[in-house]
Amino acid sequence: MELFNFTKKESRLYMAFMYVTFISLLVGGLMGLLQTLVRSGKYTLPFNIDYYTILTTHGVILGLVLTTFFIVGFQFSLMGKTVGISDKQLKWGWISFWVMLVGTVLSAWMILTGEASVLYTFYTPLRAHPIFYIGLTLVIVGSWIAAFTNFRQLYVWKKAHKGEKSPLLAFMVVINMIMWFVATLGVAYSVIVLILPWSLGYVATVNVLLTRTLFWYFGHPLVYFWLLPAYMAWYAIIPKIIGGKLFSDSLARLAFILLLMFSIPVGFHHQLTEPGIDPTWKFIQVVLTFMVVIPSLMTAFSLFATFEITGRRKGYKSLFGWFKKLPWKDVRFLAPFVGMAAFIPGGAGGIINASHQVNSLVHNTIWITGHFHLTVATTVILTFFGIAYWLIPHLTGRRLTPRLNKLGIIQTFIWTIGMTIMSTSMHIQGLIGGPRRSAFSEYAGGDQVSTWISYQMWQAVGGTILFIGILLMFYIFIQLAFFAPRGYEEYPIAEEELDAEKTPKILENWYLWIGITVALILFAYTIPMIDIIKHSPPGSIPFDWPIGRS
Amino acid sequence: MHLHKYEKVWLVFGLASLVLFLLIIGFAAFWKGTHPQSHIETIDPQNVEANEAFQPDHLGLTEVADGKYVVNIVASAFNYDFGKEEDGTATKTIRVPKGSTVLFQVTSKDVVHGFQVAGTNVNMMVEPGHISRFESVMKNGGEFTVVCNEYCGIGHHLMFGTVEVY
Repeated sequence: MELFNFTKKESRLYMAFMYVTFISLLVGGLMGLLQTLVRSGKYTLPFNIDYYTILTTHGVILGLVLTTFFIVGFQFSLMGKTVGISDKQLKWGWISFWVMLVGTVLSAWMILTGEASVLYTFYTPLRAHPIFYIGLTLVIVGSWIAAFTNFRQLYVWKKAHKGEKSPLLAFMVVINMIMWFVATLGVAYSVIVLILPWSLGYVATVNVLLTRTLFWYFGHPLVYFWLLPAYMAWYAIIPKIIGGKLFSDSLARLAFILLLMFSIPVGFHHQLTEPGIDPTWKFIQVVLTFMVVIPSLMTAFSLFATFEITGRRKGYKSLFGWFKKLPWKDVRFLAPFVGMAAFIPGGAGGIINASHQVNSLVHNTIWITGHFHLTVATTVILTFFGIAYWLIPHLTGRRLTPRLNKLGIIQTFIWTIGMTIMSTSMHIQGLIGGPRRSAFSEYAGGDQVSTWISYQMWQAVGGTILFIGILLMFYIFIQLAFFAPRGYEEYPIAEEELDAEKTPKILENWYLWIGITVALILFAYTIPMIDIIKHSPPGSIPFDWPIGRS
Repeated sequence: MHLHKYEKVWLVFGLASLVLFLLIIGFAAFWKGTHPQSHIETIDPQNVEANEAFQPDHLGLTEVADGKYVVNIVASAFNYDFGKEEDGTATKTIRVPKGSTVLFQVTSKDVVHGFQVAGTNVNMMVEPGHISRFESVMKNGGEFTVVCNEYCGIGHHLMFGTVEVY
């Protein structure tokens, strides 16, 4: 396998994305801490800052900005490593970075001045300042520029390597970006065609259900857009870190293709309790949602297979002897491993959320918040941290020293403890009815509400521990970027076994897989969309005052 | 494509569980009729009174048959309108006897709200332009807090009511 070495110019681009990522972590994390404190009932925000302003900041900064910047930067580095990047593509990489950054700054400006306290879902008919929507649009357009640059990178490589199979990681990046592009078309249409003219006052009313449906058409693939880069690391990088080989190139590709197909036509499971969508179509999308279980099971199998094969090759024979010998003291392995472990309860919770009827017990309760703090804020983020421990020093020409490795292990423990406390108490509070997305309130008082408040105290405890973890992670990042000793840190990419079976050519048939994806989307959405438009009520006028805009 | 024998076993077991699971929720949905709420019934959010159920006099609790009740509610930022008491003050609590069947009908005059009777499976999105409906048998006694569980603005956490099952 041929790997490209990064030039200084290249590394600078990838690092630019990392700076935004870790600054976002600090800002978004602080907002998270403040939220848990406010919800404990023991703390009031200073300077008349509204709870929902920091809630919006937390969601947008961590859910959209941190993740997108990290993923685009990491994926650029994967492409650069496996298929290379030309000067022209590098330039487009920078354009994508600046477009995304300008968009982020515009949106952040509106949120922080209280003009856009609409949370990251920005449901109409709450109306934020138009600049907020323009900012979000730019973030998405910037990520499209990155996507098309990635497509171009693989295309150029394929032309130069006729008949060869594409490098696995480049293939995975392209899958993720195709999914992202197809999914963001929905939210882009919603923002540009429906919401922006309405927020500017050119159009009197908006179809609320249509904007929500287009949002969730994007909103569920969004979570897979976060997860797939973690899968890339699990499939193709972790094996190298533990001293093993790729389990199966074709299995990994097939899992990614299945994720591409089944990530998008599933948005209705977020809308199960909505009045305007036919229940049969909701059920069909529930079934499609569960298809994602298949590639998840494949992933789980191949990860543990890699662990076992590697351990046995090192000579550990008993049934679970190999497990003990995994490199637990290497943070590049430990952090992603904790992430994988968290995905077991996280995935099980996801099955509950997406179930046709069971959903009504947990819909919009803080159980949901607990769920995505397990999946995204633990599984995905710990894997991203695990990547950062080698990626940052590789880019800056430094080393992950034993001391920083140890700090990383401590960070992983702090994160695990904080998230276990916070997420568990969110899950329990949700099951007994506590709502999500609300500031501290005693509601009508009474016994029922008093049982919620003790769990909100525990969330503040967990949130505080997590914030300590964020401070430590930020410190490690600064060390790796500026102060760690100069040296060489490996960019770990696993190789195939020498006697690996040949990967079937059909797995690279893009027309086929994109075709099936589009067909599934059309199947799942065409009739309900016609329904929604045909049975649409009189539209909604904009509302500014409920979010504190005059 | 080669699959390891154990992997095949693992996938077959996983897929069989998945099929069983989907059959159970499909059976519950199509044979037992326990779909989540979906009525595709529209209303003009700026004129909800045009619908008889949401005229001021018809809000709140009505007994329609022995042990059967309808509750009509208009949600708006940041209040649930349960109608008025006899003395003219706003109703904050709905009281129904244990074991009664209650049909909740809710709509919104302005933005998107949630309507959850915490501790039960009455949980709906309330959207402008649509009527949300859910019928439930109140099997357990006690006081249940009605919370708005979808963000509707800076007074979101002040929006609530009570359902008392006696």
